[in-house]
Amino acid sequence: MKEISCRLLVIGAGPGGYVCAIRAGQLGIDTVIVEAGQVGGACLNVGCIPSKALIHVAGEYEKVAGLAAGDSPLGIGLSDPSFDLSRAVEWKDGIVGRLTTGVSGLLKKAKVKIVHGHARFRDGKTVEVESETGRQVIRAENVVIATGSRPSELSGLPFGGKIISSSEALSLTALPGSLAVLGAGYIGLELGMAFARLGTSVTIVEAEERILPRYDPELTRPVEKRLGELGVELMLGARARGLSSREGVLLVETAQGEEARLACDNVLVTVGRRPVTDGWGREELVLDMDGRFIRVDEGCQTSMRGIYAIGDVTGEPMLAHRAMAQGEMVAEIVAGHRRLWDKRCIPAVCFTDPEIVTVGLSPEEAREAGREIRVAQFPFTANGRAMTMQAEEGFVRIVARADNHLVLGIQAVGHGVAELSSAFALALEMGARLEDIAGTIHAHPTQGEAFHEAALRALGHPLHI
Amino acid sequence: MGEHTIKLPDVGEGVAEAELVEWHVKVGDPVREDDVVAAVMTDKATVEIPTPVDGEIIWLGAEVGDVVAVGSPLVRIGIAGEGTRSAEPAADAADPMDDGQGEAPIAEGMAPEGEHLPPPSKEDVVEARLPQPSEADRTRVAQRAPAEKPVASPAVRLRAREAGIDLRQLAGTGPAGRITHEDLDAFASTGPSTTAGPALLRDSSITEVKVTGLRRRIAEKMTLAKSKIPHITYVEEVDVTELEHLRGKLNREKQGETRSKLTLLPFLVRAIVKAVGEQPGINALFDDEAGIVHRHGGVHVGIATQTPSGLMVPVLHHAEARDIFGCAAEISRLAEAARDGSARREELSGSTITITSLGPMGGIVTTPVINHPEVAIVGVNKIAVRPHWDGSQFIPRRMMNLSCGFDHRVVDGWDAATFVQRLKTLLETPALIFVE
Repeated sequence: MKEISCRLLVIGAGPGGYVCAIRAGQLGIDTVIVEAGQVGGACLNVGCIPSKALIHVAGEYEKVAGLAAGDSPLGIGLSDPSFDLSRAVEWKDGIVGRLTTGVSGLLKKAKVKIVHGHARFRDGKTVEVESETGRQVIRAENVVIATGSRPSELSGLPFGGKIISSSEALSLTALPGSLAVLGAGYIGLELGMAFARLGTSVTIVEAEERILPRYDPELTRPVEKRLGELGVELMLGARARGLSSREGVLLVETAQGEEARLACDNVLVTVGRRPVTDGWGREELVLDMDGRFIRVDEGCQTSMRGIYAIGDVTGEPMLAHRAMAQGEMVAEIVAGHRRLWDKRCIPAVCFTDPEIVTVGLSPEEAREAGREIRVAQFPFTANGRAMTMQAEEGFVRIVARADNHLVLGIQAVGHGVAELSSAFALALEMGARLEDIAGTIHAHPTQGEAFHEAALRALGHPLHI
Repeated sequence: MGEHTIKLPDVGEGVAEAELVEWHVKVGDPVREDDVVAAVMTDKATVEIPTPVDGEIIWLGAEVGDVVAVGSPLVRIGIAGEGTRSAEPAADAADPMDDGQGEAPIAEGMAPEGEHLPPPSKEDVVEARLPQPSEADRTRVAQRAPAEKPVASPAVRLRAREAGIDLRQLAGTGPAGRITHEDLDAFASTGPSTTAGPALLRDSSITEVKVTGLRRRIAEKMTLAKSKIPHITYVEEVDVTELEHLRGKLNREKQGETRSKLTLLPFLVRAIVKAVGEQPGINALFDDEAGIVHRHGGVHVGIATQTPSGLMVPVLHHAEARDIFGCAAEISRLAEAARDGSARREELSGSTITITSLGPMGGIVTTPVINHPEVAIVGVNKIAVRPHWDGSQFIPRRMMNLSCGFDHRVVDGWDAATFVQRLKTLLETPALIFVE
């Protein structure tokens, strides 16, 4: 058995883990990273990136299909578009391949040692890795647990056969004629809408009374409207009960308590993700838990000295960019720098059609926090750039303190608003007031002008509405 | 190639020196303007020292841990071009109300430009000083509600974190109470306002200290003693009023003579000599492997002595053959030799019983560790005036405790008690020490 030792061992090369390892390498820390699958984790391989690729394909196809249907106001006509999902998946795999190769390259450049295999704690300082080339023992002064999350299963509908998770949905080789999506959270909606735009007949089953229950109805209304346009059937307040054993029909208990039978080629289960807290020897450690998650402090330190945890195993929001920021911070802490988690906001983007961005507090959250607030929104119907892109749906909304105009939250829904998330997050981190945004020149014609106008409107003097 | 010297700037009001806590550079490193070269720590904050020039580090003026006086050279930087420049604190800082306010604040020793260039008379001397905020700035309290997060940009937060400053203590002067870089500079130079509590920051640092040399020998000796010897500790109080009278008298009479001043130790040594004469089992070495107790005729008294490098036990050989002044002279000579490292090997070995005394630091009770393979140790606690009930009233008496340890394998509790009671009697009636 081979044995190596290092100052920092990172378990899991997802976005949190690989960023942590790269930063540690840059800081001259002798670092080893262990990954059982592909570097890049869920994000690069079966999450963020491939889903965005599929969403792009769906958007392009829908566009040309719309043009082929005739009467385009743009005057463009074409006939008989075709679509080959397996080729699109190949293209998507190419992008994933380029990115994972890129990450491996960055790790090597930072002099990080990559060990492929399944890691398992022996004790707080020792990890055993089962790899193709045999067993390896790694002793580390510091260990970062970055094991991520995996899709949650529904009891009664275990993954397998026609029941798939988001991972499989991104690698289908043939377009399903009909698809039932269980769960109307952001993953279910992003994928469900993409398949609907590609021509699949989609039914979405959600136990709550509305879609995207974590967002306020104002933000989700344009998405709901779009679902209607796409012919997606929504079954709200409904629960999947299982597959009928003979025909393989999905049984759903509707809001009215009746049983509905859904014939579908695939059932996509997107009822959330659960942290991977087993299978790597957690029982050998004495880690305090916080519900399903590993409890960490402001420095991502667990209850055991020298053991850190970052990313999805540490709780909500389970987002790659949160994990990355945690990873960077932990690397610097291990290097002896003084760091603590003091981020003001973690932007969240929902790549539905249209997209939703939320940063900071919603109006409701701000009021619940006991704040006197000003809220203003500016619709894209009054934005020139949005009109020229046939993307007038949606708005930008700003929430600010009534007394000193400090911006507390910014939300937007609309075509391409994901790219505005950087401006929103920067405003919050910098402690911007409404006047700061109002006093910044926003380029014309861009959708960003809606951000500017929302700030002006909150101050009582919008120019274009 | 020219040379530029960075001197330690005035890092805080009323601070004359600061401890160098970190070098960010080493000799030979290239640096660019505004690069941080070092971090120094005052009792208030850690302050980073940037370089005002581009160049290459050619000399470092202190080691990490050194205390550096404000104004002393810290770093020399080789710079392109000619001339030696020096960034130095304005030792003759004018009235803070005069020039501190309204100026663009200068971060930690950063060389200012433009109007901050010194007058021609102070040739090539660049002023480097933290801004002096006005009284109003200092007393302004954050208008934030408790538990509300301070508003500050990520860069300000990072700088504060690294300098160990808790932003909750700061009032922000920016819009909406935003804490600016200037607010941070002002805070670093004046410390927290009186209304805010001190910043309690977590310190997770661990310093490794190698246990080597004398320290390792002490560690081994203590481990041996504590793991082999079942100690019994016996504490008794001794009225040393008479003894202190006698000692004072002898010291006054002998003043001007070459003889050493008498401390309490020679009396105790002589009392031990007398006591062990009656109880030879106490003045002994126990060879536990052979199962033999070696009772020594000669009384060789180890005197536990604190030296700069740690605990040493020089030995007063043949105390039975020395009078009180002989003991005193030898004790003071040995202590000196142990402290300055000139003690010979034989002067540090061969004891048969040991005395440990911390003088005024002696506390009330100690549990002394026996100097293996001896079987007894006499611990001296501090002398204090305590009320004593003489049967009709309280009278002040000078009292001292003796905390003595014995190897219980070869010394019974009864013997230990007898020995300490004998010492007590001898010390309380000091004439007995001198009666042969």
